[in-house]
Amino acid sequence: MAKQNSSHELKGQSLGAKKQNLNLIGKPYRRVDGESKVTGGTIFADDYQAPRTCFMRLVRSTVPHATIKSIDTTKAAKMPGVLGFLTGREMPIPFGILPVSHDEHALCIDKVRFVGDPVVAVAALTEDQAAEAALVVEVEYTPLATVASVVEAIKEKDDLIQDYGDDGNIHKRVSMEFGDVDAGFEDADVILEDDFFFEGNTHLPMEQHATVAIPEPDGKVTLYSSTQTPHYLHRSLTKVLELPASHIRVIAAPNGGGFGGKSDPFNHEVAAAKMALKLGRPVKIGLNREEVFYCHRGRHQVQGYIRTGFKKDGSITAQHLKTALDGGAYGSYGVASTYYTGALQTVTYKLPKYRFESLRAFTNKPPCGPKRGHGTPQPRFGFETHLDKAAHKLGIDPADIRLNNLVEPNTVTANYLKIGTIGLRKCIEAVIEGSGWRERYGKLPEGRGLGLACSSYLSGAGLPIYWNHMPHSGVQIKLDRSGGVAVFCGETEIGQGSDTVLAACVAEVLGINLKDIRLCVADTDLTPVDLGSYSSRVTLMVGNAAIQAAERAKEMIAKAVAKKLEVPPSRLGFADRRVFDVENPETGMDWPEAVIAAESEFGTLGTTGSYTPPRSPGRYRGAGVGPSPAYSYSACVLEVEVDVHTGMYEVKEVWMGHDVGQCINAASVMGQIEGSIYMGLGEATMEEMVYRRLPKNRSNALVHKFPSMLEYKNPTFLDMPKMTSYVIEDPDPNGPFGAKEVGQGPLLPMMPALANAIFDAVGVRIDQVPIGPHMVLDALEKKARGQNPRFGPKAFPTYDFGTPLNVPTEAEGGDGKATNVEDAGLRKDRGTMPEHKKGGARS
Amino acid sequence: MMRLPSFRFAQVETIEEAAALLAKDPDNTRLVAGGTDLWPNMKRRHQQAETVVSLAKIPGLTGISGDGKAATTIGAMTTLTDIASSEFMQANYPGVVRAVASISAPVLRNMGTIGGNLCLDTRCTYYNQNEEWRRSIDYCMKEKGSTCWVAPSSSRCWAISASDAAPVLCAINAEVELVSKNGKRTIPLADLYQDDGINYLLKSRDEILTRLILPTPGTWKATYWKLRRRGSIDFPVLGVGAAMNFAPDGSVQDARIFLGAVRSAPTRCEASEQAIIGAQLNESNIAEAATCARKASSPLDNTDFVVNWRKKMVERYVEGALRELGNLPETVKSPPHGNWAQ
Repeated sequence: MAKQNSSHELKGQSLGAKKQNLNLIGKPYRRVDGESKVTGGTIFADDYQAPRTCFMRLVRSTVPHATIKSIDTTKAAKMPGVLGFLTGREMPIPFGILPVSHDEHALCIDKVRFVGDPVVAVAALTEDQAAEAALVVEVEYTPLATVASVVEAIKEKDDLIQDYGDDGNIHKRVSMEFGDVDAGFEDADVILEDDFFFEGNTHLPMEQHATVAIPEPDGKVTLYSSTQTPHYLHRSLTKVLELPASHIRVIAAPNGGGFGGKSDPFNHEVAAAKMALKLGRPVKIGLNREEVFYCHRGRHQVQGYIRTGFKKDGSITAQHLKTALDGGAYGSYGVASTYYTGALQTVTYKLPKYRFESLRAFTNKPPCGPKRGHGTPQPRFGFETHLDKAAHKLGIDPADIRLNNLVEPNTVTANYLKIGTIGLRKCIEAVIEGSGWRERYGKLPEGRGLGLACSSYLSGAGLPIYWNHMPHSGVQIKLDRSGGVAVFCGETEIGQGSDTVLAACVAEVLGINLKDIRLCVADTDLTPVDLGSYSSRVTLMVGNAAIQAAERAKEMIAKAVAKKLEVPPSRLGFADRRVFDVENPETGMDWPEAVIAAESEFGTLGTTGSYTPPRSPGRYRGAGVGPSPAYSYSACVLEVEVDVHTGMYEVKEVWMGHDVGQCINAASVMGQIEGSIYMGLGEATMEEMVYRRLPKNRSNALVHKFPSMLEYKNPTFLDMPKMTSYVIEDPDPNGPFGAKEVGQGPLLPMMPALANAIFDAVGVRIDQVPIGPHMVLDALEKKARGQNPRFGPKAFPTYDFGTPLNVPTEAEGGDGKATNVEDAGLRKDRGTMPEHKKGGARS
Repeated sequence: MMRLPSFRFAQVETIEEAAALLAKDPDNTRLVAGGTDLWPNMKRRHQQAETVVSLAKIPGLTGISGDGKAATTIGAMTTLTDIASSEFMQANYPGVVRAVASISAPVLRNMGTIGGNLCLDTRCTYYNQNEEWRRSIDYCMKEKGSTCWVAPSSSRCWAISASDAAPVLCAINAEVELVSKNGKRTIPLADLYQDDGINYLLKSRDEILTRLILPTPGTWKATYWKLRRRGSIDFPVLGVGAAMNFAPDGSVQDARIFLGAVRSAPTRCEASEQAIIGAQLNESNIAEAATCARKASSPLDNTDFVVNWRKKMVERYVEGALRELGNLPETVKSPPHGNWAQ
């Protein structure tokens, strides 16, 4: 049965776009890279072919935790075609995405930390030869104790995975309290507490990471790579290769999917550059699927505890959230991920007092990092299922408990996040109307159920990854007598449509066609810096920078044309590739003529634009994670059918409302909503990064259970439900034309919506994802036996988080600063890497 | 990407040539039909060969011949797509078509063959991994190692029989023709298998499966229920193949029930059969047959899903298959199989 029927409604689109008198923005139109993508014309990193290219493979650790005793390449060196090797000692300087966790080496020097950690790089004339040679490199290890879980990480005090961290194997510990939380709980009529569990999962982009490094005769090196963050990769290469930044050029090829999995600088990228310089010839490496699983940086496994005080009317008096993250072997974005598991709890419903405690543990597994929704889907799952239970307990419709407690626009939350526009009410109203919620919720036959959940996400992180005062995004525009407009920007197309957003913003301002624009993007030599495709930042930040650059160009052209036409510049309109007198539209000139007028008047034409987010009101340690220029909102109703005999279930239909502020391209917005539904469905129903040990008396192994796309289950087309998207437009003053993000937000409510729908269908609570059929059946069996009809984790791990950092809320007269920095025992150099260590890890 | 090792590829044109090559060096020679099993296994290096003999260019190994009034013969190189999309097969052997259409995904069915599916290597999540991964567990009994990691104290390998076609074909008592340089023989398909993850086929290394022979379609009915995570692609986590003959009074005259993917061979459930033979199907004898089937199954933690739940599913799926054959109202929801009807 064909199930991919989906439908869309644009609620109030005409409102946003018409009010602003827009030509292109807001409509659905072809992406600028669309034809190239569907005809195979796009050049991905692995497609680059330079003369004399040789191929590299990485020899990866086959043990989970060990010191390296010896490396023997004698046999491998004699293999046909082998050109050379690299080991860790040739790249002793550590790197990492966050300045506080420069804990990675391109190749391990004296220690390996998980199965898949790279140890040796081999280059050969062909990919086959490199692969064969890699198999015969001999590495001897001395095993160390292994850590496979948060609980084990807390216990293991001897064989520490990293030599830094807040507390043994605990990489990061956070404890903060906003307002008088105990008083909040005292005000409550009802207090609920829940434990929840969110299994880790990975991005699974279709394109496996690939890099081509090309040395240049003058000692410079160019890298083509499938990276979401060419600027940060550029910085890491500069550091490890000890070359001036201006001697290294990083070009991000269009990514065949990223989802956060290509946001770190990776071992293979650094090693390829080094190998190219060492051999004096281009080096290519394309990872296989197993290696992509080992690069990982995906969703952290999180166990959580949530306790909330409610008034009888459903309003919240206080919340206490605890999260424990299984971080894997390296830092990656982990410090940010840890804060993100708490930061956005406050931006959907009024939460006047809030305590947040969290820890991230190092374990002997591939490192976790940012995956679509970065750190927020796990607590969102906890919160939205918890809220569903509260609604039942209080006898309030789950839609009303949300509608009655929405955060007000233009307010500051308890943890000092500045909320601008909030379209969540319209999102909820759209999905409850579309799904027939009021008529059907709680009334469907046994086995059928509806679930509702909401969420919010950032439109770009308010702070850069390394401290600086420069713009987050820059755009340059070059125009000349041809009428062609070249737009230069460091942004990276990862499939999300950022090239189209960039071109569309310029085209809208100048009144030209998308095809008049030539893009030059993601090239650290040629384009102004953009920080990268992460945190849903590109549309807002690149869009604003592009508008500024285009407005400046428009102003020059208007001046020149106004002079020629002898009308005031303010009377000129830019549309349909013409510049004309709006009061007398026949008077005007076509676009190339207008540019010629400007080039004649001002000489060679070029403008720039840049964007820096507004400063956020939080002044406490940790306040850097969570602020954003604008928050997007989503609401989801999901319908499920459960087979009570087996516990198997089918998601029948999904209604997703998303507040995007203003569409830049309505078709891309819908695509992102559907893609988020798809990815959320996978996380909700089946995707899991799970590992196995062998019996300890026989083996020290600790391996990923199935690093392959066959056995790591994710949904196929056939598993997709019917979908209806509701695009809510309520332009945000901080967004380009009012646009907010859509790339990540609509994923978030899928997981809790499923759990809530299963409860409506069969009356059991599944407090963990992915929801396996055995969990549903187990809970149904408990229900039949009269036991608590629940499947979920047991108690949160015992851990002392120490004295929380106290931050009085705005309502309590706070100013965004903590009042007990000394008592809370905050240190400058724990949990984060001291910058003087590890060969002067400066950033 | 993952690379194939180098090997000699023999493109033969007669079955005799293929048999001769196999006989010459059976330990280092492998046959390839559609390649959907062998090539990934060779890329991961857990199946190796110095010589791979392709059956693709041998005439006479493809096609379905039958008229519905006598036995039907299917060449071993007939693709799964050709079987699933055959109107003759859909009309006369719908249970077999359901099983075949449920195998993997369309593109793999276009290459994969029925002979290949019947000879499919047994599978295990400790075995179907790449070379580097297998090194990290010091290999397993099925390949270079000495321990069966899914049952470490066991002296045998517990890799799983993962053919979708085999259970239902065993249930209808299909036969296969095997050819070697010493001649040909025909045996019941069920006798091709033994419950050992390493030596799962009871044929000599130099025998080639050339033909599948299906019994005359008639009064018997057959079905296949496949348990898997997704609506496509996945190997079975459980397969129930059942065939039945009903007497004029509606009682079960004869029944054969085989489970797939719960041991290293398709597993016959004779106790289940005995529970229903001679009586009309009813709640109680179906439940008894289901319980007996669960006892005959031995799922271990080397494929998808949780072991205890899979044991329960043996009961549910046997119930479901028997109820379907007995035209009783559906209780357990039938799984999403292939969609050839549309």
